[in-house]
Amino acid sequence: MQRFEFLGRFARNRGAFVGACLILLVALMAAFASVFFPTDPLRIVGLPELWPGEDPEFPLGTDSLGRDILSMIVHGARATLLIGLFASAVATIIGVGVGAIAGFFGGWVDEVAMRAAELFQTIPNLIFVLTIVVILGSTLTNIVIAIGIVSWTPIARMTRAEFLSLRDREFVQACRSMGMSDFRIIVSEILPNALPPVIVLSSLVVAGAILFESAVSFLGLGDPNVASWGRLVGDGRQLIRSSWYICAIPGIAIMITVLCLNLVGDGLNDALNPKLRDR
Amino acid sequence: MSGSALPLEIVDLRTTLFTRRGEMKAVDGLSLTVAAGETVALVGESGCGKSLSALSIMRLLPDPPARIVGGQVKLNGRDIVPLPEEAMLGIRGKEIGMIFQDPLSSLNPVATVEKQIVEVLMTHTELGRGQARVRAHELLELVGMPDAARRLDAYPHQLSGGMCQRVIIAMAIACSPSVLIADEPTTALDVTVQAQVLALLKKLQADAGMAMIFITHDLGVVAETADRVVVMYAGRKVEEASVDDLFENPLHPYTVGLIGATPTPGAERAERLADIPGMVPPLNALPQGCAFAPRCPRVMDRCLTQKPALTAPAPGRLVACFAAERT
Amino acid sequence: MSLLSLRDVRVQFNTAGGVVRAVNGVSLDLAVGETLGLVGESGCGKSTLGKAIMKLVPVAGGEILVEGVDIAPLNREQLTNMRRKVQMIFQDPYGSLNPRSTVGRSVAQPLVLAGWKADATAERVETLLRWVGLPSDAKQRYPHEFSGGQRQRIGIARALALSPKLIICDEPVSALDVSVRAQVINLLEDLKSQFGVSYLFISHDLSVVEHIADRVAVMYLGMLFEVGGRDQIWREPRHPYTRALLAAAPIANPKLARARQRTVLQGELPSPLNPPPGCPFNSRCPMAQDRCRVEKPALRAVGNGVQAACHFV
Repeated sequence: MQRFEFLGRFARNRGAFVGACLILLVALMAAFASVFFPTDPLRIVGLPELWPGEDPEFPLGTDSLGRDILSMIVHGARATLLIGLFASAVATIIGVGVGAIAGFFGGWVDEVAMRAAELFQTIPNLIFVLTIVVILGSTLTNIVIAIGIVSWTPIARMTRAEFLSLRDREFVQACRSMGMSDFRIIVSEILPNALPPVIVLSSLVVAGAILFESAVSFLGLGDPNVASWGRLVGDGRQLIRSSWYICAIPGIAIMITVLCLNLVGDGLNDALNPKLRDR
Repeated sequence: MSGSALPLEIVDLRTTLFTRRGEMKAVDGLSLTVAAGETVALVGESGCGKSLSALSIMRLLPDPPARIVGGQVKLNGRDIVPLPEEAMLGIRGKEIGMIFQDPLSSLNPVATVEKQIVEVLMTHTELGRGQARVRAHELLELVGMPDAARRLDAYPHQLSGGMCQRVIIAMAIACSPSVLIADEPTTALDVTVQAQVLALLKKLQADAGMAMIFITHDLGVVAETADRVVVMYAGRKVEEASVDDLFENPLHPYTVGLIGATPTPGAERAERLADIPGMVPPLNALPQGCAFAPRCPRVMDRCLTQKPALTAPAPGRLVACFAAERT
Repeated sequence: MSLLSLRDVRVQFNTAGGVVRAVNGVSLDLAVGETLGLVGESGCGKSTLGKAIMKLVPVAGGEILVEGVDIAPLNREQLTNMRRKVQMIFQDPYGSLNPRSTVGRSVAQPLVLAGWKADATAERVETLLRWVGLPSDAKQRYPHEFSGGQRQRIGIARALALSPKLIICDEPVSALDVSVRAQVINLLEDLKSQFGVSYLFISHDLSVVEHIADRVAVMYLGMLFEVGGRDQIWREPRHPYTRALLAAAPIANPKLARARQRTVLQGELPSPLNPPPGCPFNSRCPMAQDRCRVEKPALRAVGNGVQAACHFV
């Protein structure tokens, strides 16, 4: 019953609904990439630099080496989405952990945690990610972890704020008066109440992570074995004057996906924010 | 403005909430008169429409969702319901004053007490700034603000709840309005401070001959302050009587229940409080007949299908109940 | 032996403005089967005292004894044992239940923490919900589906789960409408006669306390001013503050209200950060003398089983 209400509220935000549908489409595309395009997307299949529409076999054209751009976009969706999701998961786990402990215990624990968060916020994010990738090597795992490490601070702040307001509520006092342990209060009592705004933020971190990875790949520091959308943009940049579509098509894919993720975040915010219900 | 008209006369006031869940009749045909120098208490539990009635009279309804859909509010003989908002600006604070429940949040936190009172005075009177400041000081003295001269420069957060409420009262009476509406003015205050504020309101009202509507859920406060009492339930007036008649011989089963449910120290003690079973129905799910029928100990078949109209079983008394009519 | 004994209990908070002595040397006894009403205005420390007994706030001094056992040095296991005997009901029916837990889960919580088995817990939850007058399908629903009075019943069911001997009621009916308030008060009284549970009933509403309490304790700025039987206190209040408080409380009876003499107490509560020296009431007391401004009165017996803290009674 509650779940249906939630879906109803979410779907009422038209932008969020469209965004969610498009994201779902991208996700399906990623999941069934090898069904649609069983051949390796990085294989040379045709003439180089065919414009979109020039050859019906390659509706989005081919790149400078004669690889099918549509096939690369479909396969790249998988890498791009996975990077976004995993990086956001890393950021959420660190952020929620730090924020929960800081907000619940307060005092010096809070001081230390928040100073650490400030430290991470003052480091220029892209340079930090590039540094990690350069030192530890351009593997997908390293890139994901690096993006997670630079993205956790807003989540930690949000979680902390929620914990601060929830920890003195009477239901938490009731649990204390029953002798419940701090760990249990944090995990099973406060966390479920603190999560909704954090989930909204996490969905936005996915979008941010996709952009980050694109930037890293564009600079040529992405994982060479993974054809993410960012890398496709980067590969096409030498030909931007003559065959700009090679850059533009994956660029548009990134733009649409990020936009949709933001719309979904907005919709989640509306649906999860009880103050806006009944309006 | 005719001189003989009553300060406040409400005729068949209807206020509806327009929400996604449908239309809810928050105030359903309220009629009420208040004479000069009289205090009428509007009593009821949360959701009975008493606060929305007050906001309707002030034309301060949150729109959306609430809107006046019918009836008249005659202030000194003039119906203010059709007036444009600009005209209301000149009426609110001048002809009709209002005191709210939460004193701290009804004051501007970044302006001094003096500035806030002076602003009211300069909006509605011909006083110059200098005169207004003198008057502000007088008003604070009048409402019994301790150390009034010094408090003029204070900001609201530097004052206690009781002092804030005194400032609000000073602003409400600054232009000698003929009608004062007090919406739960003492609910947020401690009991000793509540007694001070109630005594102050009574004195000010007697001195100026103001008509006062006093909204409260506390029957003790009603007994202490009101001349006449209007009991509301689910947006409708269910009983009206003088305060003595009401407490001595309540007619509507809901009033009987409310009085029985209120412990009265000093009166004969009942072993158990008489409670009313169930709870106030939500406005979007009112029963077809009398709204109180599902909780009523004297419910009859008729109550389930028909809404009882107000009748006058005795002079000066009104009740909307089929069972009370018969006795 | 008293069920609950407080000996010179002190609680203080460090705030930006200085030290607030929220509870400043309170000694009090509560017998088995008794309802003790603890009254006072906001900021007098009555709720803090209740929380101190539940160990929800740190105690700065004094002893709290439950059935003669000091609870301060208890280890975790012993404390769990103590908590079975003392439970609490909170003021805010909207805040005291976890909005994301089902009612059944909330009520079962103390049982789960006490190590009950799942089937025994489920059975007990059914019984508890029946006792407080809620339908048994309530247990799979969420708090927002219930009205304020029903939520307070859920809170009472949770407090009853482990058959405690004492329930600390912190303003349990202040947030409720009049008709629902009477239902909850009656429920509390029924449960008392059924199970012999004792209440420490904290409230600012004097008429409710007069109805429910056997004995009454009056607090002001962290101090106890008067303790005694309910009838003694209402018939013949000894402390000037108790007198003022009773005179200020509205009476729901216009004849009685008009008949009584009303001396309205002047002034407001002083800041707890900076209470007046000597008796904390001296700034508002109509009887205050020089002595009251230097010497803090101690609580002493004044006859009739009543204790009062005033130099002049």
